[in-house]
Amino acid sequence: MERATAATITLTVNGVAHSLDIDHRTTLLDALRERLDLTGTKKGCDHGQCGACTVLVEGRRADSCLLLAVAVAGKAVTTIEGIGGAAAGEALHPVQQAFLDHDGYQCGYCTPGQICSAVAVLDEHAAGWPSAVTGDVGAEEIVLDEPEIRERMSGNLCRCGAYVSIVAAVADAAGAQS
Amino acid sequence: MTTMPASVPTAVGEALTRIEGRLKVTGQARYAAEFPAPGLAYGWIVPARIARGRVRAIDIDAALALPGVLAVLHHGNAPRLTDAGDATLLVLQDDAVPHWGWPVALVVATTSEQARAAAERIHVTYDEEPHDVVFSAEHAGTYIPDHVNPAQETSTVLGDVDAALAAADVVVDATYSTPNEHNSPMEPHSATARWADGRLEVIDSNQGAFAVRQSLATLFSLDPSAVHVRSEHVGGGFGAKGTARPHVVLAAMAATVLQRPVRVTLTRQQMFSLVGYRTPTVQRVRVGADASGRLTALDHLAYSQTSRVLEFTEQTAIYARVMYAAGALRTDHRVVALDVPTPRWMRAPGEAPGSFAVESALDELAEQCGIDPVELRARNEPDVEPATGRPFSSRNLRTCFTEGARRFGWAGRDARPGVRRDGRWLLGTGTAAATYPARVTPSTATATAEADGLFTIRITASDIGTGARTALTQIAADALRVPLERVRVLIGDSDFGQAQLAGGSLGTGSWGFAITEACRALRTELDGGATVPPDGLTARADTAERVQALPALSRHSYGAQFAEVAVDLSSGEVRVRRMVGIFAVGRVVNPLTARSQLVGGMTMGLSMALHEEAILDPVFGDVVNHDLAGYHVATNADVPPIEVDWVDDADDVIPTGTKGLGEIGIVGAAAAIANAVWHATGARHRDLPIRPDRVLFS
Amino acid sequence: MREFGYDRATDVAGAIALLGADPHAHYLGGGTNLVDLMKLGVEAPTRLVDVSRLPLAGIEVLPDGGLRIGSTASNSDIAAHPDVRRRFPAVAQAVLAGASGQLRNVATAGGNLLQRTRCPYFTDVTKPCNKRVPGTGCPARDGEHHNHAILGASVQCIATHPSDFAVGLVALDARVTVQESDGPREIPLEEFYRPVGSTPERETVLGPGALITGIVLPGLPIAARSRYRKVRERASYAFAIGSIAAALHVTDGTVTEVRIALGAVASRPWRARAAERVLLGAPVGADAFADAADAELAAAQPLRDNAYKVPLMRNLIVTMLSELAEAPGR
Ligand SMILES: Cc1cc2nc3c(=O)[nH]c(=O)nc-3n(C[C@H](O)[C@H](O)[C@H](O)COP(=O)(O)OP(=O)(O)OC[C@H]3O[C@@H](n4cnc5c(N)ncnc54)[C@H](O)[C@@H]3O)c2cc1C
Ligand code: SF4
Ligand code: FES
Ligand code: FES
Repeated sequence: MERATAATITLTVNGVAHSLDIDHRTTLLDALRERLDLTGTKKGCDHGQCGACTVLVEGRRADSCLLLAVAVAGKAVTTIEGIGGAAAGEALHPVQQAFLDHDGYQCGYCTPGQICSAVAVLDEHAAGWPSAVTGDVGAEEIVLDEPEIRERMSGNLCRCGAYVSIVAAVADAAGAQS
Repeated sequence: MTTMPASVPTAVGEALTRIEGRLKVTGQARYAAEFPAPGLAYGWIVPARIARGRVRAIDIDAALALPGVLAVLHHGNAPRLTDAGDATLLVLQDDAVPHWGWPVALVVATTSEQARAAAERIHVTYDEEPHDVVFSAEHAGTYIPDHVNPAQETSTVLGDVDAALAAADVVVDATYSTPNEHNSPMEPHSATARWADGRLEVIDSNQGAFAVRQSLATLFSLDPSAVHVRSEHVGGGFGAKGTARPHVVLAAMAATVLQRPVRVTLTRQQMFSLVGYRTPTVQRVRVGADASGRLTALDHLAYSQTSRVLEFTEQTAIYARVMYAAGALRTDHRVVALDVPTPRWMRAPGEAPGSFAVESALDELAEQCGIDPVELRARNEPDVEPATGRPFSSRNLRTCFTEGARRFGWAGRDARPGVRRDGRWLLGTGTAAATYPARVTPSTATATAEADGLFTIRITASDIGTGARTALTQIAADALRVPLERVRVLIGDSDFGQAQLAGGSLGTGSWGFAITEACRALRTELDGGATVPPDGLTARADTAERVQALPALSRHSYGAQFAEVAVDLSSGEVRVRRMVGIFAVGRVVNPLTARSQLVGGMTMGLSMALHEEAILDPVFGDVVNHDLAGYHVATNADVPPIEVDWVDDADDVIPTGTKGLGEIGIVGAAAAIANAVWHATGARHRDLPIRPDRVLFS
Repeated sequence: MREFGYDRATDVAGAIALLGADPHAHYLGGGTNLVDLMKLGVEAPTRLVDVSRLPLAGIEVLPDGGLRIGSTASNSDIAAHPDVRRRFPAVAQAVLAGASGQLRNVATAGGNLLQRTRCPYFTDVTKPCNKRVPGTGCPARDGEHHNHAILGASVQCIATHPSDFAVGLVALDARVTVQESDGPREIPLEEFYRPVGSTPERETVLGPGALITGIVLPGLPIAARSRYRKVRERASYAFAIGSIAAALHVTDGTVTEVRIALGAVASRPWRARAAERVLLGAPVGADAFADAADAELAAAQPLRDNAYKVPLMRNLIVTMLSELAEAPGR
């Protein structure tokens, strides 16, 4: 059986459709960074172990380093550049503003992933999703308190140790949203 | 005392959000691997798969035959390098393999996928030699190093420690250990090198572009002015990016051979063998005291490992040299060279592991004497620096403890261990002191008055997350006596001249010193009526002489750490419930970013206490858990509320009055947690990390 | 990573046909394990058959009160599903205890069951490993094994199965539905993983090319009061060093129904049958719980650095059963 190892795909990122000839081996992360020059999405481990590469796929957060670009073809991808403020004068997303205000970052390398994750966490909570620290997993109402935020944000490592401020930022953004 | 006129702006002290903050939260800040270059090729390192021996043969044919592969560099064909005083950079020079993971080849291809695939096809055969990778204090090869990092005395002796111990009312004699720990900044090391207009242009992830430039110039026998290194945004370092690392050498090599831009980015796995780490330590601490808890003897002997490539001896025992008034004081180091990667700096080298041992031992002494641990430390405050007799420039440790104890609610603490419970959790509290030297080194800076009324500062500083860019802007604004908005600080560019690298908590003081000097000189010129020509008016400063002339004082930051923990003895889980850290760190330039630095240090201390250990495989000689799923650093869920503040600590030995914030937060944090675990359970954990398996068997 | 072909399957028959056409083809679910292993060189398929968009993502209630979870349902959707949460809480909790929010969004039910061990030698192609390359040896036995198996291991391999989800499932009698080239099959999860024996490389009873289509949870009333607890080396985003899923029913002070499964102790999610046997009909209480734990762990074969798992699992069994016995509404 004949076997192509590359394909022409359409990758829709931040609302823009890109046609790309892509090696099947290319991950979504590398396609974003090396092919589309969308370098806001970071590579910290390349193995799903840090969350620096977090993007939204069809609105849901995912580690882009473990997604093959070819497998994401046709789905809507949102990166940090699509969350807000990437263009001069463009407004920041409330989560981005909260990270700024609370100094929820230091070196900034984990930050785009943290912010994409936080945006998704607010949606997941709004959708009623439980977490590993939810006392009653069957409960209809779950309060997004600090332990809940910590657990839900734990897929994003921050070696600078900005967690305390990240939690404050997410709580702030959650408060502003509700 | 001089009073400032009301019109003088005081940016220093303002809680400014980071100048590059918007770039960082929007993904617009570009890190080293993120600058596009036409014709860019990707290098992929082939690491050695033995811990000691020689490369017998490298078969590169299969790799070269793959699509996109441009070259395979190895010791048989790579450019020759000149030793720049760091043998870890002498890669691909000969067939020797000094440790697992040492680069034996570099594949360069037009895409990273091709480079990685080709690297997998390189077949290397080795003449393997028996290796020796297991560290222990009993190792037969242990020796006394000439000095400890960076150039400090190996041993200090004051009085007769053995006699004092023999005569002491109470003696603690305990051995502590800390494991092999890895800095693990979130941004993997990356460098992109290319030749342009006769210069080697390098964009690199490092903590000091000037030092990297100097190393590259020497290695490649180039005039330093022909090398240009930039590192504008750096994704953390914690010491692992302190000086050049092999990736930048390999990128420069390949760019030279291929005459096109080449990027070499380390994989997370490769970082465990190529960029340094904190040595494991074994530390014997002996403390003698009278019945009232006054120290009569303090003896600290620290063992660590180094590699066979380069001697690096962690200065673990220096902590005791400044901390307590012991009648007799001895500090000493031993090291053993193994077939392992070279240990280097990791956040608070020396003080971080050293404080764990000494501050744990003090807690044991407090227990034995029946004295409150805070009170015990107060009783042993020295008047001068114990090991040297130097006067302190300022020492506000007691204030830190008083304030910390108040905030934490320490008063009335029941000292008995193992008596507080919350469901399945046993609760306990612990404390520890902290110190870190506040040094400065010579640096250069320029300040330019632009024709449009703005000011530009240029300095080869580096902002690895410390907030340096913002703090230096505040310092410059005040020195120029202009509002912040009119000052722009450019950093991370080796063309700006020699400056201290971002490490050792030396940055803000050293850079701020040079910037202040340059700005004052410029201000004086402007005040004297100088006119600004169209291309600006520039003043230069070099603080070499002024730094040389600083008084020989003992200048340190201090801190008091408090922690509350919960321990489930049935599962071995330990959770930190809250931490309080109160510090004396000189003047705080920016309270917002300063707090982040201190909280970040304490967070890393928590991680050190409970999670971090790189496990070395004795058979293969590599780190078995060489990724972020195996090497555990604290996650968000591990980190409780951490309260941080500082006390007045006026200390104007240097113009900025700062003492540095990067390291002190980690110092003592692990001891405070370990002491709290004892208080919760009655079990002493003298070996880090305090993992469930250890708690279950304690 | 070697070059490979890629096809996206649109229906079950097509997926099986595509896979059958290439002897070194693999199904691709979310890819969170397979892509990881391909980057490491542990897996080198020549073709991927992407099954993640097959119409198998549904979660439906069955007439007996049980559930059918489609094999491509994401871990997140499973954990968020109201019927999973209310009627099979141990399953929801187990899923939530695994990986991270990002990974759970992508990981599929089928892929989760088939994820490979995290043994560090298995994932490092520079090392020998009987599971990866049969006959090369097992360096874990004398090397790093602090998170390896204490139950059911063999001389050839002491690796554990890392899934949390599967532990919740196996406690509650889940069955796996499979489509093979010769038709559908339903396999109790307890029999789905093969004992290690001398063939650690053969992990399941699936035939070549078999596609997991779903998971069936039978309608067990006791499941509504099931629980999952996981112990790990940090508070989140880490694999278990020990975990337990259990459900308990007590009538007049006597245990009348019990389900216990243990995680991170064996090459498969470990149904604690010996403990269950001791408990059934026994008077509820700390003594019976301890006896049950001891009965299960009597067969434990701890090694130098994983012996802590014996007291850990004993304590987890006793604590979990005590909590279930005290929980309201039993
Ligand atoms: C950093 C990290 C941490 C993690 N932590 C945890 C944890 O704590 N607990 C836990 O349980 N898991 C954890 N995981 C593992 C994660 O749950 C699995 O990777 C995931 O469930 C696999 O699902 P997938 O759909 O991505 O599988 P894939 O990677 O797509 O596939 C895995 C295997 O299953 C096969 N396959 C997939 N679908 C089918 C099908 N329908 N029929 C037949 N074969 C199929 C594939 O061919 C492949 O061999 C972690 C993963 C990572 C990367
Ligand atoms: S335990 Fe199993 S997977 Fe690990 S090295 Fe041994 S054989 Fe391989
Ligand atoms: S880079 Fe994707 S999770 Fe780390
Ligand atoms: S801000 Fe540096 S890793 Fe999070």
